[in-house]
Amino acid sequence: MTEHDHDHSHPHAEIAADGAPGYFEVLETALRELLIEKGFIKAAEIRRQIEVIDSRTPALGAKIVVKAWTDSVFRAQLLANGRAACEELGITFYDDTSLIVLENTETVHNLIVCTLCSCYPRPVLGLPPDWYKLKPYRARAVIEPRAVLAEFGTIIPDDVEVRVSDSTAVVRYLVLPRRPAGTENYSLDRLEALVTRDAMIGVVPVTLDSVEA
Amino acid sequence: MPETPQPATAPLLSVVLATGEAPRFAPGDAIRVSDRSPIGHYRVPLYLRGKAGTVEAIIRPARVNNEEEGFGRNIGENRHYYRIAIPMTALWPAYRGSSQDSLRIEVFETWLERA
Repeated sequence: MTEHDHDHSHPHAEIAADGAPGYFEVLETALRELLIEKGFIKAAEIRRQIEVIDSRTPALGAKIVVKAWTDSVFRAQLLANGRAACEELGITFYDDTSLIVLENTETVHNLIVCTLCSCYPRPVLGLPPDWYKLKPYRARAVIEPRAVLAEFGTIIPDDVEVRVSDSTAVVRYLVLPRRPAGTENYSLDRLEALVTRDAMIGVVPVTLDSVEA
Repeated sequence: MPETPQPATAPLLSVVLATGEAPRFAPGDAIRVSDRSPIGHYRVPLYLRGKAGTVEAIIRPARVNNEEEGFGRNIGENRHYYRIAIPMTALWPAYRGSSQDSLRIEVFETWLERA
């Protein structure tokens, strides 16, 4: 599961900030200090917002997906109005975005991207992976989605429509992946463990070996 | 794509709506994304300018125009965003994939024209 699957009997290099800060790091620090100094925001507000974002992780998204798989009333609500259904579960939309949940089916495979920047369903998934923010993914996901998917190991048959949702303003997207066969007797916890971040972006399906891979 | 459910009851009184309160477009409408390049802040990617598509859904509620919001003006003429569908083959003549493949994106009302 992690690249760091070993015990800790050996020493590690100290985690340290080495090297001079980059241009944008200096800019961010200067801007932050100036805003605090001028009284526009307080340091505690910044910390609070970091805590808000840190509390949002793919585990939250996985809970939503599994509830949709196992509760048909919730599933219908989620597909009709993603944000309202998530708010019912106590998930707030601190950034005032809308949420459309895109259901993968036998005939449609959904993929999400933000070509302009890095719009991402942060309220339900937390911070996006780095590759999601990089230009190659952002450009290629809308130009050649099938090639991008193939690089993730996902081959979509020609008779399945690939539907790319480009998130650019006030709407965020969450992919509702298909529930894999053979999971009928799984507990909720076991199902949630199968649902990965990448599956909710739409670059991979949910498979039984999601966790072991 | 289902729309946000609206109250099923008919309004008790007829009221006059302000400009922009009622959505200009409906699901199924043929549209074209405006082909213009204003200076400032906007959220319509270049690759969509001038492309024809179909309205899939109205995004409710109406929202402030982000081109104004980008400059700190958070009040004024609210309009709807629309989720529109454009075939990939209409965007990229050399598109490799099924002719069914499509792009979906939300576009602010001021950027849509009837096609």
